[in-house]
Amino acid sequence: MANAIKLKDSFFGQKQVKLLTDLLVYVVLSIVGVIFIMPFAWMVANSFKDLRGIYKFPPEFIPETWHFENYTEAWTATHFDIGFLNSALVAAAVVLGQLITASLAGYSFARLRYPGRDKIFLLYISLMMVPFTVLLIPLYIQMRAFGWVSTLQAVIVPFLFTPWGTFMMRQFMVTIPRELEDAARIDGCGFFRTYWLIILPLTKPALATLAIFTFVNTWNSYQWPLIVLAKPKVKTLPLLLASFQNQSAMRTPWHLIMAASTFVVVPVLIAFVVGQKYYVRGIVTTGIKGGG
Amino acid sequence: MAASMASAGGGRRSALDEFKRAFTGLRRGETIAGYLFLAPNFIGFIIFLLFPICFAFLIMLTDWSLAKPPQFVGLENFETMVNDRLFWKSLGNSFYYTFVAVPTGIFIAFWLALALNRKMRGIIFFRTIYFLPQITLTVAAATIWRWIYQPEIGMINHMLDWFGIDGPKWIHDTQWAMPSVIIMSNWQGIGFAMLILLAGLQGIPEEYYEAASIDGASGWQRMRYVTLPMLTPALFFVVVTSLIGAFQSFDQFFVLTQGGPAHATTPLTLYIFQNAFTFFKMGYGAALASVVFVIILIITIVQWRLARRWVIGFEDNDD
Repeated sequence: MANAIKLKDSFFGQKQVKLLTDLLVYVVLSIVGVIFIMPFAWMVANSFKDLRGIYKFPPEFIPETWHFENYTEAWTATHFDIGFLNSALVAAAVVLGQLITASLAGYSFARLRYPGRDKIFLLYISLMMVPFTVLLIPLYIQMRAFGWVSTLQAVIVPFLFTPWGTFMMRQFMVTIPRELEDAARIDGCGFFRTYWLIILPLTKPALATLAIFTFVNTWNSYQWPLIVLAKPKVKTLPLLLASFQNQSAMRTPWHLIMAASTFVVVPVLIAFVVGQKYYVRGIVTTGIKGGG
Repeated sequence: MAASMASAGGGRRSALDEFKRAFTGLRRGETIAGYLFLAPNFIGFIIFLLFPICFAFLIMLTDWSLAKPPQFVGLENFETMVNDRLFWKSLGNSFYYTFVAVPTGIFIAFWLALALNRKMRGIIFFRTIYFLPQITLTVAAATIWRWIYQPEIGMINHMLDWFGIDGPKWIHDTQWAMPSVIIMSNWQGIGFAMLILLAGLQGIPEEYYEAASIDGASGWQRMRYVTLPMLTPALFFVVVTSLIGAFQSFDQFFVLTQGGPAHATTPLTLYIFQNAFTFFKMGYGAALASVVFVIILIITIVQWRLARRWVIGFEDNDD
């Protein structure tokens, strides 16, 4: 009996137990990982099949023959070229606009003293939580009144301002040591030069977080563009992708839809892998999530 | 933050006095700069946030098709709502979705975060994998899943077939449509909860575990008396933001199921969309949207109230 316990101890010492648990955790993580990656793999694999391969039973994972022409076919099947241009333009404008307005206002809230500042800031915080669902209808009526329906302004201008981005900038700028700024002011820098030369360079991490968040959110945005962009010429990628799969056909051309999905998804995946550090930090510090 | 606000708002001088003083002498430059820096943002804030919110309260009191000028109808939209079977159905769907998707998602995210918190190689790789669906546009994700769910040629039923299981019709079945949306949404959204919980776990000081071990706590006891209590702030945060987010979900319903079959997956958000932008009932749509607003407000308030009971150190960090 005593021997058995001794044996067990030597076999399953602290180190062995950790190793074994690690192994078990790896196995579980890998299985879950496969589940998470599977839809992407399925998407890419099927984007290279032909219609016959798609409807083949039992389905095969690796295409029999690789149909690279699916990509050119999907690309020209609808206005994806215009869609890409529209999406890129909208995302660039919104990102740039938010960086400017949020950092300017963030500096104003964090550093400058003037009457009403804290009251306005409180208003920002309290309206930050208003669900977008509530804004859809009044904002749409406003867009009609402005004559902006089916123009790119409708998906750009209302989103050049961001309460939570402003909030994030303010919170970040408050933590910058005041001495740096005071030195610049004593050297005769005006408020704008101080903002531009001292504050902005120090705010780079927060700016990167805001930029990448806004890019992903804008690129993925669906509901609002669906409401205000009716004409094909102004449609963004998510709209085109969604309507592409609804075009009636005898047999749904899933291979083309998957090819289209692949080239719509890839830019965000790249943006994420490049800016992962900032994205993750943004989520952890502000807890604002991406997506619809 | 609360402290800085109190100190700035303190003093009993009249507002006008303070305003005048702000524009004279040395402070003049700073005041003007302050307003100018804020101006672009504040103008947008008023036009595209403050005004629409106030406007929404007016719209919900009207009958407005946009083709004709609005008719003031008082609370008629709310009377219609009470007798609208589809409103109750979609409200029920929103609750069904929210209160099944959020707890199951957080439960899985919790275990994933625990696993990822171990000191092992390759953790960042797994973290990236789990997070990829989160940044994928919902439209594309729903497109992929729509196909995965196809009863005859879809991946899931094919895999179930290996085990001799005859899979359901998923998004084409009234019973299975909502679970289908929930599975897809959790696949997409779990990365967010996982990341917040992982950050929470990494914030727990090592000494707490050491102290517990010295006191002879078993693995389970360390989990029960150290990990869980210390994680409650992160859990609270995840619960609140996930509930709010889930209640506003739209894209996956619109693309994956279009609300069907037989309204089985029409949440309130989709019903609002249909009323406002398919039937052009702006007044009724706005009235429905106010319900979303009120429910999110209630969820938030209830959670904050309950937080005093289960979130450790809740009173101290009310920022």
